[in-house]
Amino acid sequence: MDPIKSFTSTVVVLPIDNIDTDQIIPARFLKVTNKSGLGDALFSDWRYNEDGSPKSDFILNFPASKGAQVLFAGDNFGCGSSREHAPWALVGYGFRAVISTYFADIFQNNALKNGLLPVIVPSAVHQKLQAHLGTDPQAQVTVDLAEQELTLPWGEKVHFPVDPFAKHCLLNGIDQLGFLTGAAGEIEQYERTHPQRVVTTLVG
Amino acid sequence: MSTPRTLFQKIWDNHVVKAATPLTPAVLYIDLHLVHEVTSPQAFTELRERGLQVRRPDRTIATMDHSTPTTPRVKGVIPVTDMQAKAQLQQLVDNCAQFGVPLFALGNDKQGIVHVIGPEQGLTQPGMTIVCGDSHTSTHGAFGALAFGIGTSEVAHVLSTQCLIQNKPKTMEIRVNGRLQPGVTAKDIILAIIAKIGIGGGTGYVVEYTGEAIRALSMEERMTICNMSIEGGARAGLIAPDETTWEYIRGRPAAPQGAAWDAAVEEWRKLPTDEGATYDATVVLDANTLKPMITYGTNPGMGMSIDDTVPDPAQLDDANQRHALEKALNYMGLQAGQPLLGQAVDVVFIGSCTNSRISDLRQAAAAIEGHRVAPGVRMMVVPGSQLVKKQAEEEGLREIFEAAGAEWREAGCSMCIAMNGDQLSPGQYAVSTSNRNFEGRQGKGGRTFLASPLTAVAAAINGKITDHREAFAGV
Repeated sequence: MDPIKSFTSTVVVLPIDNIDTDQIIPARFLKVTNKSGLGDALFSDWRYNEDGSPKSDFILNFPASKGAQVLFAGDNFGCGSSREHAPWALVGYGFRAVISTYFADIFQNNALKNGLLPVIVPSAVHQKLQAHLGTDPQAQVTVDLAEQELTLPWGEKVHFPVDPFAKHCLLNGIDQLGFLTGAAGEIEQYERTHPQRVVTTLVG
Repeated sequence: MSTPRTLFQKIWDNHVVKAATPLTPAVLYIDLHLVHEVTSPQAFTELRERGLQVRRPDRTIATMDHSTPTTPRVKGVIPVTDMQAKAQLQQLVDNCAQFGVPLFALGNDKQGIVHVIGPEQGLTQPGMTIVCGDSHTSTHGAFGALAFGIGTSEVAHVLSTQCLIQNKPKTMEIRVNGRLQPGVTAKDIILAIIAKIGIGGGTGYVVEYTGEAIRALSMEERMTICNMSIEGGARAGLIAPDETTWEYIRGRPAAPQGAAWDAAVEEWRKLPTDEGATYDATVVLDANTLKPMITYGTNPGMGMSIDDTVPDPAQLDDANQRHALEKALNYMGLQAGQPLLGQAVDVVFIGSCTNSRISDLRQAAAAIEGHRVAPGVRMMVVPGSQLVKKQAEEEGLREIFEAAGAEWREAGCSMCIAMNGDQLSPGQYAVSTSNRNFEGRQGKGGRTFLASPLTAVAAAINGKITDHREAFAGV
């Protein structure tokens, strides 16, 4: 994974609360066995007509949305299923950050493992940004992970929380599995001192 | 004397391999890893690419459920006609063979929904940590196990190290006092809880369900409750184990036996939350006043008593919330202020990891016996596992459903996830015993009302949403 650096982008505004992972990527697209190509299916049921043509009234299909790397969403983005296909689809489309007031736990974990930043802002900032983007759709924000700062179109900077370990991994382009494989000694020690609870191979 | 601890805290403490530091989360050991075809292929690929093995195949078990058809067998075989699903299922076969993971493949007499087979085999036991690449892993919390859904990257973590990197969640007690009225079920309790806290209300928390109404539930009813913890935003839901729990586990294939059983029960008795332990938040409900519940919108938090009326977006102050409710009612084709009683339905689905166990099927069969599914209504009954199916057939439940005009299917997730051929057509209305009513969840354009098996049966018989307490008094 490439290290995440500060970036500046226009914003796609989808101010709907509780956007669930079934909307981000419907289940019928989960029959794939790899991670690539899911960007085309992002928000599929909101984005395409029955015949596969783009819906002209959906924001992702507006010419002005092209190239945007930041998605602005309502509260509780990514609720529902644990499918990591959701961040794969968002990243596959070209998004690198999602702004919301809070994220569903599993989605947030999955996003951070795929270089997609969940940017959590207070409700007041969220409302102000939504209003601003409503009047100036070409306004840009800057996302700076190292400083944990979101620079709003009018120059104000707001701090956003990030798990320190996930931040370390994202800034250095390393993944989290290496940390676990590095704990092999502790894992062996744990297994020696804790009896096995169930043996699946006896029933399977 | 040691500090009083919650059930969650005890399980957490007992599984910390490496304590958290200011810069790194804790490393948590996983006792049981459940695997299915949809969220595992990319994880096995990652292991291959890195030259890693499955660390503990003996703590891992796989099944096929999400993309499997539930159509009747042809010459003893369940035909898979979707080529993409077929390739995905074959990949699970190949992955399990290569890495030595036990698998209940399609056609195996133990195959079924991943959250049905774990408890059924006795693999789900109190005090364990259990994960699966599936958000409804919370189901297993009914046994007093810490069980939660993970993403595919984390599936690779657990496959290769049997551990997860975890930040410690907060704890929430949801206490349900009192006793349920006749005809009000566990499904109604959990739908009422989610309607109260909202679908984001449990975010960041592990929930423990307590109180008289919870203690009175059977194990399968407790699974229905914990299953939908994720619909309230909580990754995990727990219920303290007790006599009901031991009785359910005793004698199952993976359960301890003889002296080991006695020793296990002695350990399990230490798990319930200590007197004086505290939670980060507490929510209280009264079971006495609960009625059958049903959802009206496009998330599981949009629920109400069955005799209530659809809420009015104009009453909401927050613009985004108002917009969300307007969007939901527009999708559902419903008007603010209308009742749902009398709303015509096209499909009734009984199944899913929420309500597909033998007790659910017995309850539904008892309610439908002697009645007919209304003309024009399609009713599907999908057992949670092949073993549930077999038992139901031995008890004569299949005949009851078929005599009423319902379809009796093979085991799987079926119309809960609609990626296996079982789905609604655009615009159709369904009363469903599953767990999600998101837009398109049961098929593109399909419209779902979530409810209990009893409410589902009443809708099937009358062809419209019905208060089952009036439809079949005494059930």
